[in-house]
Order: sequence, then C-alpha cells, then structure tokens
Amino acid sequence: MIELDRAGRSFKVKRNVVHAVRDLSLTVTAGEFVGCLGPNGAGKSTTIKMLCGILTPTSGTVRVAGLDPSRRRTALARRLGVVFGQRTTLWWDLPLVDSFALIRHLYQVDRVTFRARLAELTETLDLGAFLRTPVRQLSLGQRMRGDLAAALLHAPDVLVLDEPTIGLDVVSKAGIRDFLRRVNAERGTTVLLTTHDLGDIERLCRRVVLIGHGRLAFDGSLEELMATAPGQSSIEEVVTRLYTAGTQ
Amino acid sequence: MFGVLRAYVLIALWQARPGLGGYDVADAVTFCFVTQAFIGPMQLFGGGLSLPERIRSGDVALDLVRPASLQLWTLAEDAGRAAYLFVVRGLPPMLLGAAVFGIVVPADPGRWAAFLAGFAIAVVISFGWRYLIALSVGWLLDDRGVAVLSMVLTTFFSGMLVPLNLFPGWFGDLVNALPWAAMVQLPADLYLGKAPVLETLAVQVFWAVVLLGLGALGTRAVRHKVVIQGG
Amino acid sequence: MVRTYFLLAWTWTRAAAAYPASFALMVLLGFVAAALDVAVVLIIFANTTALAGFSREEVLFLYGAAGLSFTLCDTFVSNIDRVSQHIKAGTLDTFLIRPAGAWVQLTTDRFNPTRAGRVLQAAVVLGYAIAALGIGWERGWMIPVMVATGVVIFAALWTLAGAVQFVLTDAPEVTSAFTYGSNQLTQYPLAVYARDLVKGVTYVLPLAFVNWQPGLYVLDRDDPFGTPGAMRFLGPAAALVLALLAALAWRQGIRHYRSTGS
Repeated sequence: MIELDRAGRSFKVKRNVVHAVRDLSLTVTAGEFVGCLGPNGAGKSTTIKMLCGILTPTSGTVRVAGLDPSRRRTALARRLGVVFGQRTTLWWDLPLVDSFALIRHLYQVDRVTFRARLAELTETLDLGAFLRTPVRQLSLGQRMRGDLAAALLHAPDVLVLDEPTIGLDVVSKAGIRDFLRRVNAERGTTVLLTTHDLGDIERLCRRVVLIGHGRLAFDGSLEELMATAPGQSSIEEVVTRLYTAGTQ
Repeated sequence: MFGVLRAYVLIALWQARPGLGGYDVADAVTFCFVTQAFIGPMQLFGGGLSLPERIRSGDVALDLVRPASLQLWTLAEDAGRAAYLFVVRGLPPMLLGAAVFGIVVPADPGRWAAFLAGFAIAVVISFGWRYLIALSVGWLLDDRGVAVLSMVLTTFFSGMLVPLNLFPGWFGDLVNALPWAAMVQLPADLYLGKAPVLETLAVQVFWAVVLLGLGALGTRAVRHKVVIQGG
Repeated sequence: MVRTYFLLAWTWTRAAAAYPASFALMVLLGFVAAALDVAVVLIIFANTTALAGFSREEVLFLYGAAGLSFTLCDTFVSNIDRVSQHIKAGTLDTFLIRPAGAWVQLTTDRFNPTRAGRVLQAAVVLGYAIAALGIGWERGWMIPVMVATGVVIFAALWTLAGAVQFVLTDAPEVTSAFTYGSNQLTQYPLAVYARDLVKGVTYVLPLAFVNWQPGLYVLDRDDPFGTPGAMRFLGPAAALVLALLAALAWRQGIRHYRSTGS
C-alpha cells in the first residue's frame, strides 16, 4: 500500500545540501499498522510530506495506493486520509459540520454514504456535543477527534497521522488510540503514524520503524525492537539507546 | 508607488489650478512625499501595535501586572519602532521624491525644528489613536471592522489622500480641526512653512493630551475587565 | 472547479453570516470606505473643472470601470495574497492534501462576502457616469468587454502576486503594493502620468487595457499619448497573455513549494 524505494529528499540551505531523508526503502502492505519513531529532525515529517504529495522526492520512488504522490496528488488525496497533530486540516472558523459538508463535496462522497459514515463517526468519536461549534473554540482533544473524523469521511485506504496524540491528556489519548485500533481492525485501513509517545507504539503498532538521520535505523516488530538491547526492560530505555547510538 | 501616483494626480490638479490652497506645484509635490514618509512611523494604514493580539490571547494580563504603566510601556515601544521606521521607510520615499520630482527643502533651521517637533507630537497622536483602537478589541468580538474604520478615517481625514486645504467650505474647516489633521496635515504644513508654528504645535499637543487621557481611562477599564471578569 | 469555488465561497459566507451584527457593520464600513474613496475625486473636482483634460464625469467613468473590475477581484481572488502567511504557518500543506486545486482553495480561503459593498459602490459610480455622459449602445457595447478584461487582468495580477510569494515569503507587502498600486493607478486617466510610466503600463504590465484604452473608445477620445486607434481593441488579447503567464507562474510557484517545503 505504501512503497518507498531508495527515496531521498535533500534541501539546499545556504549553498549547503542537507539530506533530510536518504535512501529510505520501506514497504507497508494493506491492513498494516506501522508506528514511525525518530528523534526531532530525523526526517519523519519530510517522509510524511512525500507520501502525501506535498514534497517531491529528489531521488528514488514513492508510491502510495499504487500512485506516484507527486504526480497524482489529487487522485491520491481521494484515497488517503491525513491528520497533522500540530495543526488542523479543518476550517478554523467554521463549525465542524460545515467542514464535514465541504469535505463531502471535495471528496465527492454521495449523500447517503456520507450520512451513514458521519453517524458512525459521530458515535464512535463522540462528536455529538460539539458538531456545531466553530473549530477554533474546540479543545485540543475535541479538535483531534474532529480531524480524525474529517480524515476518514471518504473512507481512505491509507491513513497517515503525524503525531496525532501530541499534547493530549491521558483520557483523550486513550480514546484516540482505541479508535485508531478499531479503524485498522474493522475497516482494514492501513495506518502509518509518527509519534514521540512510546505509549502509542506499545498499544497500537505491530510494526515499528525507526528513522534516524534520514535513514531507516530499524524496521521490525516491537519484540524485535526490545531484543536489540537485551537487559533493558523498558521501551524508553531501548529507544533512548537507539537514538543516542545514532548520533555517535 | 502610492506616493508617486498621488504626486502625478496632484501635479495635474495644480497645473490646472496654480496656487490652489496656498500651495504651488512644488509645495504640492513636497506635501506628497513628506506625508509619504509619515506612513511607516505613524502606521497610517493601521496596525503596528501587538496589543490587540495580546488582549485576544489573554497575555495582556501579564502586561498589566508589570510595575510599569501599560500605556507608557506601549508608547515607548511604539516610539522606538517609529524612529526606526522613519529612517528605514520614511526617508527613502522622501529621497525618491526629491530625486524624481524635486521637493522643497527648507533652509531655515527654525522651520526644521518646528517640523521635527510637530512630527514627534504627531507620532504620539497617532499612537494615542491606535492605542484606543487596539483597546477596543477587549470589548468587540471581531476587530476587523474597527481596523477598517480606523484606516478609512485616518487616511481620508489626515490629508494622506488629498491635502486638507482642498476640502471645500465648512467641511474643510471641520476636518482641519480633527485629530487626524494633527497627524499629517499640520506637521506637513510646518515643513512647508504654511502654518503658524506655536498655534499649530498647541493644537497638536491638545490632541495628544486628549487621546492619551482617553487611553489612560481605557487602560483602567481593560484592567478592570481582565482582573475582575477574568478576560 | 467552478462548483468547488462557489461551494467554498458559500460556506464562508454562511460562516460570516453567523455573526449578523458584525457582518452588517462590515458591509456598511466597506461602503463608507468606498464612498470616501470616490469623495477624493469629487474634492479634486470641487477645485477644478478638468484634470489633465478630462471632465469630472469622464474621470468617474474611468474610476468606476476600473473599480468594478478591481473590487470583483478583491472579493473573489484577493485571498490568494496570503500565500506567504500560509507557508509560514504551515497551513499550506492542508490545502495540498485535499483533492482540489490549490488555486481554488486559496482564492476562497476566508472568502469575505462583505467586500461586496465595494463592488456596489463601483457599480453605482459607473452607472452614474454612463448616464451623465449619455453613452449609447454604439460605443457602450465596449463597457462589459472592458470590465471583463479588467477582471482577468486583476485576477492575473493577484495570481502573479501569490506566485511570487512562494519565493519571497518574507515580503508579502511588496506584492500587495503591486496589486493595490495597480488599482490606484487605474483610478485616474493615464494622461495625468508621465509618458514613460504610461508606456510601461501599456507594453509591459498591461494595466492600460483595464479601463484606459477601451475607455478612450467609449468616450470617443483620442489618446493624448498618440497611440493608434487599434490599441483600443487589444484589451482581451493582452488580458489573455497575462492570464497565461500568471497560470504558468502559479504552477511554478507550487512546484517550488513542493521542492523546498517552505
């Protein structure tokens, strides 16, 4: 469903060439739930942007749902749901329902399907109380639930989430995680999320990918990740070791 | 750009009516570029203060607990910015005007002193006005309307669009007595030597005191609102 | 694309109408602002009967025609000049993940229907001038053509301004000086400006075709700068060329963003 083949992305910063991502190869098959870890500045966001077609890779190839994101951006958008934890994709001054109605038109979801999906998402994400509130007045937890609903209204094959639990309280986090697990299990939606919260990884991801310095530093199951550092008991310690090992 | 186009329109007008309003063509062009230099320091198109954002975000509470007066603190900040903008944004258009059209440059140091004093007071008046507009955010849901209103009033009634001595009859007299005239028209007339110095400065000081006084009252009201009602 | 445009615009209109008092105030203020704008012309003509050889009604005709084109674009296209703001805030990405063109989404972003008050003012001024000058159909047929030409030219200018912001993210005021400056320039007969400036806005940036060249035809006057009569009819062609350039620049701007991400 997601294929990166030796994908690279470099930027020119004042005559120097900075490689944000280099030679990244990764294949995610349909129905997988993959968590992407990496220290700040490791290239996670750049990778996400290449998957969405926002950035074109400078080398290698990227394919999502069988499409080249940079060439078929709008076609891909219909099959892809994207959530940025740091900023909303909703219309800031509009009530949530209006954002949803716009999304229905933009993604050309027919009315009957839309109603059914919205009803289902309203129930599972418990949106009922604030559907008519302008997005700017929502709490972060409410906004994130709204963003998730917006990303799923067109029933995408792939859901990409960039730090979806950032800044959320424990209860909201648990709610979001529970929901993501259900989306993956019940709809078979392929999910790729980046996070700094190792709780997300432990509770959700069967597969963990670690990016450091723009390269793939680890790719495997959670157990395999733990096995890289025998003797370490917590995932925090294992990841800290991997992060610091990368910088030396 | 704005100044150059305005200069051409004024030149066309003064060519049709030489000596209009006590200006000759050179005076009109000079008026155009001198007032152009005011735009940046006095923020005549609105804005310039960070206060509205701080009121909206509630950060103003932090400013209000500071031992210095919010109004004077903001004025000091604005005066510093005005001085910087006068040099960076104010002088280049004046020099451009001088180079392209040729402007009147007073030789009399007394006139320069009068102009600089008038200009300094005008900056304070413009601050006083913008401060009041900024405070209004504390009571209004949407401040865009007030911002538009302020810009319209300021540009039209200050002489930025056409010199106020072109405004006909009683309307002209009225407009000349308003605070916006004290921001642009009066200091420009001091530069051109077309206004009695002491009288003009007195009118300017009057408006500066009135607006700062209203601002002080407004500050108390905002403090009351933020502290008692919690924003 | 047209459907998407109006859908987005309509949604923003509804959002604005959710605060009726604020909405009404903005419409009113827009109208007052526009009225003071035209008051400047009236004040000038309170002091003279002709400006660069043009009468008050003739100037109002040129003012109204350019104003109508400009305010229509100000309402429907000008939101595109927030490109640099979106880039800095990182919100441009959210437009790019949706299955619609970035241009349509950006021109409708925070679409503000209250600007329609200004469109009305321009239409009223133009209507008054046409009536006062007694312009008939034999030359008046050019008026809709010139307004449409003006709309295309201003829309192209705004698109260019937006495209430039992909590169000059730190200088949005440069591009707005360019769009609003163009409006200011076209408010008066070009005869008031210097010959070189008029040459520039005829052959380089075709602002002369917004209202000046076709307006001379409608007013049945010779060009004080002596351009041939055929120039009066070149507006649509000039607008089309500029629109093509703007479209190319916009594509290039998006491409630039997608290769730098900032």
